[in-house]
Amino acid sequence: MSLTRRASLVLAIAVIALGFSLPFYMSGFRLFQYTQVCIYAIALMGLNLLTGYNGQFSLGHGAFYAVGAYISAIMMDRWNINYAWTIPVAGLLCLIVGFVFGRPALRLEGLYLALATFSLALAVPQILKYFEHWTGGSQGIVLTKPKAPWGLKITEDQWLYLVTFAITVVMFILAANLVRSRVGRAMVAIRDNHIAAETMGVDSALYKSLTFGVSAGYTGVAGALSAIAVAYVAPDSFNVFLSVTFLIGIVIGGLGSIWGNVLGALFIQFVPNWAQDISKAAPWAIFGVFLISFMYAMPYGIAGALKKLWISRVVSRVSQKQGGERAPSKQAQSQIR
Amino acid sequence: MDIFVQQVMSGLATGGIYASLALALVMIYQATDVVNFAQGEMAMFATYIAWSMMHAGLPYWGAFLATLVIAFVGGVVIQRVIIRPVENKPILTIVIVTLGLLVICNSIAGWVWTYLQKPFPSPFPREPIRVGNVVFGAHDLGEIGVTLVMLALLFAFFRFTPLGLAMRAAAQNPVSSRLAGIRVSWMLALGWGLAAVFGAVAGLMVAPILTLDPNMMGGIQIYAFAAATLGGFTSPVGAVVGGFMVGIVENLVGTYVSFIGTELKLTVALAMIIIVLLVKPSGLFGRTHTRRV
Amino acid sequence: MGAILEVEKLEAFYGRTQALHGVNFAMEEGGITTVLGANGAGKTTMLRAISAMVKTRGAIRFGGKPIDAKATEQIVAMGIAHVPEGRGTFVDLTVEENLRIGMFARRDKRHAARDMDRVYELFPILRQRRRQHAGTLSGGEQQMLAVARALMLGPRLLLLDEPSLGLAPLVVREIFRILRAINKESGVSILLVEQNASLALDLADHVFLLETGRVVLSGTSDVLKKDDAIRRSYLGY
Repeated sequence: MSLTRRASLVLAIAVIALGFSLPFYMSGFRLFQYTQVCIYAIALMGLNLLTGYNGQFSLGHGAFYAVGAYISAIMMDRWNINYAWTIPVAGLLCLIVGFVFGRPALRLEGLYLALATFSLALAVPQILKYFEHWTGGSQGIVLTKPKAPWGLKITEDQWLYLVTFAITVVMFILAANLVRSRVGRAMVAIRDNHIAAETMGVDSALYKSLTFGVSAGYTGVAGALSAIAVAYVAPDSFNVFLSVTFLIGIVIGGLGSIWGNVLGALFIQFVPNWAQDISKAAPWAIFGVFLISFMYAMPYGIAGALKKLWISRVVSRVSQKQGGERAPSKQAQSQIR
Repeated sequence: MDIFVQQVMSGLATGGIYASLALALVMIYQATDVVNFAQGEMAMFATYIAWSMMHAGLPYWGAFLATLVIAFVGGVVIQRVIIRPVENKPILTIVIVTLGLLVICNSIAGWVWTYLQKPFPSPFPREPIRVGNVVFGAHDLGEIGVTLVMLALLFAFFRFTPLGLAMRAAAQNPVSSRLAGIRVSWMLALGWGLAAVFGAVAGLMVAPILTLDPNMMGGIQIYAFAAATLGGFTSPVGAVVGGFMVGIVENLVGTYVSFIGTELKLTVALAMIIIVLLVKPSGLFGRTHTRRV
Repeated sequence: MGAILEVEKLEAFYGRTQALHGVNFAMEEGGITTVLGANGAGKTTMLRAISAMVKTRGAIRFGGKPIDAKATEQIVAMGIAHVPEGRGTFVDLTVEENLRIGMFARRDKRHAARDMDRVYELFPILRQRRRQHAGTLSGGEQQMLAVARALMLGPRLLLLDEPSLGLAPLVVREIFRILRAINKESGVSILLVEQNASLALDLADHVFLLETGRVVLSGTSDVLKKDDAIRRSYLGY
């Protein structure tokens, strides 16, 4: 295994261990924030698959998040279905919706797809309020947080965190495998030059729709988890800001990066709070300054900047030690963007 | 019939506002492939500056002109200082920077001038103008006039001046422009300056109607997107025509289709965007982008 | 006459890839020099290096003054007009607008109108199509427009990148005839990159041959035309 892969694996194990240990020394609100980070990470992973790896710009992923959340809420509230089942159902339904949406979206590129998804995001609160009978209108739906099963002596927040974290880990592993597989390479090929990809036998239309579907599915799972963790859904929490926040998350984290989604999730969860700590009067101005500064310093996201650092400092030095001067391997070079 | 004419005129008036902001968006997009998400907020900021000047005693048209100059300078400075560092970076990176600019403008405006709505004067008389049986708002007519004058000036600038020609060239073909000795980077800055001017015009014209507050331009920006989509994001002429059309459609739909109240008016804009994207994404005047493989 | 262009140990880079590995040559003022070589030899890169469109190392002097650290726009203003590969026409502007852009960086604007007349004399077809969008012109006409646009600058040095590309032989001959006339008339130095070796050798006084980013051969075109061995092995005919 290459040096980078090995390091990545070690880091992943460390993070997973750290993640599982969190509930044992953190509780209540703090822990809930980290549950939210995991949820965002899944949503960002979804969006990143579509935009980072496949090059389709979406400014409307808040819509899939909302769909997932409401599916879960309705299943729990109306039909008394156990919360655990709502997660895969939400994911699957969103996958289908995403795939179906992906088909007409094929004809739209870049700016135009962004406009279409942006319009979708704007319309979501209206649509949710319109179908009052199902969605509870502007009032939304109030739910109850699930208790820990099997008489485990932990709070609801701790149980929710563990469940969410476990699901996050699983979904990230699946995504990592997807991205490294032939399918993943096809996705990236389509992003970089879809005409060339097609001449190599990649069915661009199919892959693009599939990617849309999977991307929506991930975001739908995140939405369902958020309904469970927050125990409340309402139309106004799924406005266009949410979609924009997701976009900010993946760009700050790093497009086409798996780790980037975790970093991006941490950013969108905590930086607005820091901004408020710095200035009560104009917190969003501080946030805006953060955004711009990050883009100046790390135009390819945090993950992009870390990768560059890793490859230029560590990899070349190691390969120098291993036998004379040698440029970083082709694989490493392709990761530098 | 009279109502129809009135609503069309009224639509043209709001359409002029959409056209100005849409033109600003398209001018920058055409030259840089970037949608300046902060255009509306920059316009709002300029309008607040005008308000402050009028509050300090400056007469309307004096403040109007001064604001346009300040907006121009502001646009140039923003391009040179804030956008240029990320000029050659991936598109989404630049988009995030414009989003940052958006929240900064909005937040600072709220901080300096508070979130209370402020009335904003119109330079046009209050009494409506009668032509036969039809009644027109003086502000509406005045607004259409101002918009048309600004558009005419811009057209003349681009068509007949060497600098205008250089800007058009730089937007179309930056590489060849550099080889012709044109400082493309500065042309982009000028483009941002002009775009800011048109944004400010939109803000100044809409403030008397909507009253001035930091979130004033939010809905307008969405209509401007609809206008640019309809007209074609790659065509300044399209943006203007699109703006007027969107204004008229919005007004007519609001008048004649009963269940569209003010709540759902925004949906009209969104529906227009979706329909155009499904039928002809490049818009009425836009060109389908053929790319070399 | 002194050297109009001197290039010393010129290296050029596209990102991390090095395309020129230490090119040396000098060009006399008023002369016509052609750079030959196979695809990928670095000919286009060399012109781009002179115009500061790629990263370079080494020295470039124009009329004695160093230009290797200057920006493209400044180099153009000093009097180097570069007609790029593919012509670089402003397809959405009219023919006349294309010409007017050519004179944007011109030092001496007084004689601009006179030069525009001269350019129309040299290329009558352009006068005919003055108000047409440049994109509607044929390949040969666009090439003429590109050269005309370059001339509007009033340059001391004209860089031409493969003007014959994609054009019918008759058209190419006409363009080359005009280039020779321009060179005789106003003493504009011409540096011509070409794949069509025989035509280029007829036009030029001096030749450089580039191979993978290095000058492997240089001399007068007369000598090279006569030397069968060199012709056959390097120029393929």
